[in-house]
Amino acid sequence: MTINELQDGIIEEFSMFDDWMDKYALLIDLGNSLESLEDAGKTPQNIIEGCQSRVWLHAEMKDGLVLYRGESDAVLVKGIVSLLIQVLTKHTPDEIINTELYFIDKIGLREHLSPTRSNGLVAMVKQMKMYALAFKAKNS
Amino acid sequence: MDKQELLNIRADFPILSEKIYNKDLIYFDNGATTQKPRAVVEKIEEGYYHLNANIHRGVHYLSQKATEAHEAARITVAEFLKAGKHEEIIFTRGTTEAINLVATSFGEAFCKAGDEVVVSVMEHHSNIVPWQMLCERKGMTLRVIPANEKGELDIEAYKTLLNERTKIVSIAHVSNVLGTINPVAEVIRIAHQKNIPVLVDGAQSVPHIPVNVVELDADFYVFSGHKIYGPTGIGALYGKEKWLNAMPPYQGGGEMIATVTFEKTTYNELPFKFEAGTPEYIGSTALAEALRYVQAIGMDKIAAHEHDLLVYGTERLMEIEGMRIIGTADQKSSVISFLVGNIHPYDIGMLLDKLGIAVRTGHHCAQPLIDSLGIPGTVRASFAFYNTKEEIDVFVTALKRVVTMLE
Repeated sequence: MTINELQDGIIEEFSMFDDWMDKYALLIDLGNSLESLEDAGKTPQNIIEGCQSRVWLHAEMKDGLVLYRGESDAVLVKGIVSLLIQVLTKHTPDEIINTELYFIDKIGLREHLSPTRSNGLVAMVKQMKMYALAFKAKNS
Repeated sequence: MDKQELLNIRADFPILSEKIYNKDLIYFDNGATTQKPRAVVEKIEEGYYHLNANIHRGVHYLSQKATEAHEAARITVAEFLKAGKHEEIIFTRGTTEAINLVATSFGEAFCKAGDEVVVSVMEHHSNIVPWQMLCERKGMTLRVIPANEKGELDIEAYKTLLNERTKIVSIAHVSNVLGTINPVAEVIRIAHQKNIPVLVDGAQSVPHIPVNVVELDADFYVFSGHKIYGPTGIGALYGKEKWLNAMPPYQGGGEMIATVTFEKTTYNELPFKFEAGTPEYIGSTALAEALRYVQAIGMDKIAAHEHDLLVYGTERLMEIEGMRIIGTADQKSSVISFLVGNIHPYDIGMLLDKLGIAVRTGHHCAQPLIDSLGIPGTVRASFAFYNTKEEIDVFVTALKRVVTMLE
């Protein structure tokens, strides 16, 4: 599936809920079911410090595709980390670099990505693209 | 405070009847800033509409009136803090600027390499960083008073920190995270035995408990207007005349000078020496209005009502399984920091927000304290006199729902 098809899938999944609390319940489920980054992955190198919560992001390149893994100490943030990984993992660096992440707006979670929340997510999105750029540069 | 009185008070604060996400706003973030009564907002409006002219030195009518209002505000602040002389009140942008002023000017006059500054483990960053900057500039050392597990200062340890190198002690009257009311009178008495002056950070105390700087014998006492129902951008520094006179100016500019030539400038007398530039004269006037507002209710009455809220809120919160209150000092202001089980504070705060409840989450600008407690932060509910037990009930119900979702 393309990145945009994945984004559309998430938008559809969230559109089933009118109530905010239901959306958040889904986000919590996603957060809880995200495969945790074992301690070895929670290195200082992988940490993205937010003022409110912390995010860890690990990326590697395999067969031309970028694989992401991530985690957060706050479950709502972890839910969004899970969505970002679902959308971007196992794609080529070019696909990732050229993606516009519109699903966050569409499912009403933009506020979590506002810099004023300082939960590390803005930096995470930036970092995901940075990894893709770095892998691209390394392979070309 | 009876029910009708509380309703009347709430009616003075229009924002309290706002809806957030279609739900009644419950504002429990008063430790960060407080809401403003109509009288304060009207004072700002009146100032800009009818009294606006740059103060001091103006010969015309409006300038005279604006100057009178600003100087009357200084007297109101002095009386509120029970300061002896109104020249001992310096208007600042708030607590942070007031502490920076003292750290810079007092530091310049009295500190040298090898000297020490004493703060406590529960300080807000605003009462840590200015002193750290002074220490870096001068080659001094910052010493830290520890606290016990309830969040009370370790006075015995404090005594051992004071020595002939200690130049100043700077301490919060009330902790913004733990709610602890520190025994500042005792802290000051102990420091004075060694002739060490004490600055008290009153940001979290002035809005909630009666303060008498002369009785406390504080050398410096600082607070912010916006935390006591006044406007942002205005606060005050009380300083004993003998210190303020011996300290060099903080910033240079207009207002703070007596005469200026390119060869030499002489400085104005107190309080103007420390008020460079056009003062926040609309803000000062509105701050005075806020002080009159709380005085009309009575600080004792406010403290009593908020104590009721603290006791009731603590009791109700303890119903929740896994509840852990951070800060259980015997003397406590109306601040409740807590954690539930292993749930991250951010998650609780975000979900409570969706239910119209404003609390604060995180380290509350007191990272060293949070680190010393070995926790990721807290959720903090901080009450003001306009809050009610009914709001606490709604909050506890919402919190129970949120915790169920997150567990």
